[in-house]
Amino acid sequence: MTRLLDIQDLTAGYNGVTVLSGVSLHVDEGETVAVVGANGAGKTTLIRAIAGMVHATSGIVTFSGTNITNQPTDRICEAGIAQSPEGRQLFVSLSIEDNLRLGAILKRARARTDDNLARVFDLFPKLKARRHQLAGTLSGGEQQMVAIGRALMAEPKVVMLDEPSLGLAPVMVDLMFDTIADLNKQGMSILLVEQNTGESLALSSRGYVLENGSVVLQGTGEALLQDDRVRKAYLGL
Amino acid sequence: MVELYANAIVNGLLIGAIYALVATGLNIIFGVMRVVNFAHGEMVVIGMYIGYACWQLLGLPPWASVLVAMIAMFAAGYLFQRAIGNEFVDKPQHVQFVLYIGLALAITGLHAIIFGPDPRGIQSAASFATYRIGPLRIDATRLHAAAAALVIVFGLWAWLRYSLTGKAMHAAAENLTGGKAIGIRITHIFALTAGIGMACAGTAGALIAPLYDTNPYLSSEFTLTAFIIVIVGGLASLPGALVGGLLIGVSEALAAVMISPSAKSFVSYCLLLIVILVRPQGLFSARRTGR
Ligand SMILES: Nc1ncnc2c1ncn2[C@@H]1O[C@H](COP(=O)(O)OP(=O)(O)O)[C@@H](O)[C@H]1O
Ligand SMILES: [Mg+2]
Repeated sequence: MTRLLDIQDLTAGYNGVTVLSGVSLHVDEGETVAVVGANGAGKTTLIRAIAGMVHATSGIVTFSGTNITNQPTDRICEAGIAQSPEGRQLFVSLSIEDNLRLGAILKRARARTDDNLARVFDLFPKLKARRHQLAGTLSGGEQQMVAIGRALMAEPKVVMLDEPSLGLAPVMVDLMFDTIADLNKQGMSILLVEQNTGESLALSSRGYVLENGSVVLQGTGEALLQDDRVRKAYLGL
Repeated sequence: MVELYANAIVNGLLIGAIYALVATGLNIIFGVMRVVNFAHGEMVVIGMYIGYACWQLLGLPPWASVLVAMIAMFAAGYLFQRAIGNEFVDKPQHVQFVLYIGLALAITGLHAIIFGPDPRGIQSAASFATYRIGPLRIDATRLHAAAAALVIVFGLWAWLRYSLTGKAMHAAAENLTGGKAIGIRITHIFALTAGIGMACAGTAGALIAPLYDTNPYLSSEFTLTAFIIVIVGGLASLPGALVGGLLIGVSEALAAVMISPSAKSFVSYCLLLIVILVRPQGLFSARRTGR
């Protein structure tokens, strides 16, 4: 398997306060990799550091064999890393369609905007019917669909999803994880950051447990689900 | 009497259209970057001098002079933002204030050095042509300038609303984090914003160059008028800039005939006070919620 995203010994934080210390992980082509951990563990910081939105004070982020550490975010996106950010960060006073089209503003995908829009609407038929509705008027689940769809519009090689199930109704949570599994079956490589440990490990080939900014456990999704520490601390079993 | 007022209203609307263009530039810069361009009036004066230089000294036709001002000011605004402005977008407001006030003083100083403190005016036969419609006498230059200003304002609205780049500007204004996360080149978008905003001011200046004598010190009055319009119309609201511009234009013109020409600013300030007291968000509150 080809190594797509490789993170070595990454340290990052805010205004001199270290949040991530020495995190190493990787995503191979076609994998879904879960990073689970409690609130404040540093999951979002990890995504932001990979995307160049938070400065990495040390460590190396390699993407498709190229060192992209601390590159400008637009260049990292242009290389093929897209994200559905924490809190979704939609443009609430723009329509669903405009939000999606903006996802394809990158040179890598702009020419194929209409094809990709059709593909996103196939994945989320609900969005197609409401394409002219303002994004701010949607339910949490629908907003999450727009955020994922917007990331897919960039034709990424890997997509990072920051807590896609957060704040959704139980039915929507199941639908969201089904969609993520489908996306992966279609060949998309996914870095899934979640607090919903059980569901996300169940659909991931491998997983990492993040505690206080460090990886404390790693393994296949199944092995982690069986691990006593995971079962006790994260699954309440 | 009726004729006097009718002419005052028409003239007020015409100058108001120019004001609207100036205020639109200020509003776009504020709306997208949350930065207040305290040098906005100076940019109008640059446009006036460009208009004066192209028309009077180089003999270019008026439309070409306006085009030169537009392009030059867009380029200047874009480069300024890339080189300096982008470093200040995240800085506290008092730091930004120092930057833009410094810029304003530098521009006024440069104008005084290059053109001297004396008024410079364009002498042209076209300045005296008028249209007559019933009792109304409309200065042709003024009418053309106002029409051009309105075309630019509406064109800009359409571009902001329907082009992908315009939508990206809207997106960056509304949710900077979201914009960054999907790879919008924020430095470029901000530079475009500054370029467009300053081009609005410069174009307005070139449009009124044939109407008013230019001197380096007109700038502060333009800045204040633009601020009043933006506050009356609604911060960051484009319709607000248009309606506010026309409103201030008309009220100034009426004040001039009803009270005295020197009462113009006084009436604008009264209008400003009333709006602040009664409807502090301005006549049109912007849809955008900030970031
Ligand atoms: N913008 C920020 N400035 C300062 N500290 C932050 C910021 N964002 C997050 N942190 C801190 O970094 C730590 C990790 O946060 P985060 O990466 O958001 O964790 P998670 O996504 O796992 O909940 C927390 O202690 C949080 O308070
Ligand atoms: Mg988080």
